[in-house]
Amino acid sequence: MKKVLIPLVLFIGLVVFLAVGLKRDPREIPSPLIGKPAPHFTLFTLEPGDAKFSPIDLQGQVWMLNVWATWCVACREEHPVLVAFSEKNQVPIVGLSYKEIQPQDPAYKAPFDEKLKLARERSQVWLKRHGNPYVTSVMDLDGRVGINYGVYGVPETYVIDKTGVIRYKFVGAVTPALLAEKILPLISELNKS
Amino acid sequence: MKRLILNTALVVVAVCAPQFALAQSADLRVGREAPLMAEDPKLEARLVDISQELRCLVCQNESLASSHAELADDLRQEVRELIRSGKSDQDIKDFLVARYGDFVLYRPEVKPLTWVLWFGPFLLLVIAAIFLGMYLRQRRALAAPAVLSDEARERAKQLLKG
Repeated sequence: MKKVLIPLVLFIGLVVFLAVGLKRDPREIPSPLIGKPAPHFTLFTLEPGDAKFSPIDLQGQVWMLNVWATWCVACREEHPVLVAFSEKNQVPIVGLSYKEIQPQDPAYKAPFDEKLKLARERSQVWLKRHGNPYVTSVMDLDGRVGINYGVYGVPETYVIDKTGVIRYKFVGAVTPALLAEKILPLISELNKS
Repeated sequence: MKRLILNTALVVVAVCAPQFALAQSADLRVGREAPLMAEDPKLEARLVDISQELRCLVCQNESLASSHAELADDLRQEVRELIRSGKSDQDIKDFLVARYGDFVLYRPEVKPLTWVLWFGPFLLLVIAAIFLGMYLRQRRALAAPAVLSDEARERAKQLLKG
C-alpha cells in the first residue's frame, strides 16, 4: 500500500504544481510600482495649444491612467468598456497616448511640433469615432513616460489614489468583469480613506 | 573534363544564387534596425554587455541585446543615455528593476524572496541524495549474503559427503 501511495501523492503534487503553472499568464508581470508614488511627468495634452497635464493636478482624487494608442488593436476592444464606465462618472480617467507615431511611420523622424500636431489629429479623429472616456489625454510621443511607468504592452491601466500612489495595474484590455470585481471595489475603498 | 568543370560551375551557381537573393532580401528586412557600433564603439560594447543581462519584456525569452521589439529599442536607447550620463552598471540595472521588477534581470539578485529560486534545486538534490542513500542501504541489507550457522554448515557437509 505504502509503495503505491507515496509515488501517487508525489505525482498528484507534481500535476497540481504544473497545472497552476499552466494556468498563469506569463505576460502578467507583477509591477514593482504598486504602492509607490506615480512617477512625475508633465506632457502636452490632446487639445491643441500649450496646455499640459501633470499627475499633481489630480492630487486629492482617485483617478485612473489608461495607456492607449490609435494603432493598438486591443485598445479598440477595451474602448467601449471604458466609454461606458466613464459615463458613470466614478473617477476621472486620464489617457496616456503612447508613441502615437510609430518608428515605421514616415513622420517618425519629423520635428517634435509636427509630430505632436499629427498625433493630436489622429487621436482626435479616433476618439471622435470610438467615443472619448478621458477627461484629458497626454501625448507621450517618445514613450519615455511609458518607460517610467513600466509600460510593456498597450493597453495598460493604473489606479492612483488621493496621495498619488499607484494602487493597481492591469496589462491588457479591461473587461466589464474586471471593472466590477476588482477596480470598482478598489476605487470605492480608496475614496473612503 | 571540360564538361565536368562547366557542370560543376553551373551547380555552384545554382546553389549559391538563391542564397544571394535571400541575403539581399534579409538586408532589406532589417532596414529599420538601429545602427550598432554607432559613433562610440566603447559605449555600444558596454550597452551590449549590460543588455545581455536584461530580459526583453515583450518577447520574454530574448535578451534586451538581441530583441527586435520596439520597446527593446527604446530601452536600449534609455540605457545608452544612462551610460552617457555616467551611471554604473548597477545603477542602470536598478533603474530598470524599479520600473519592470526583478523579472527584467536574467540573473535575479540573491535575496530572501529569491532564495527558493537560487537554492531550491540544491535542496532538492540533497533530499534526493538522502533518499538514494536510504534506498541503497535497504537494498544492501536485503542482498547481504546469508551467514550460515554452524549447525547448517554441519548439515551441508553431511549432505555433500552423502
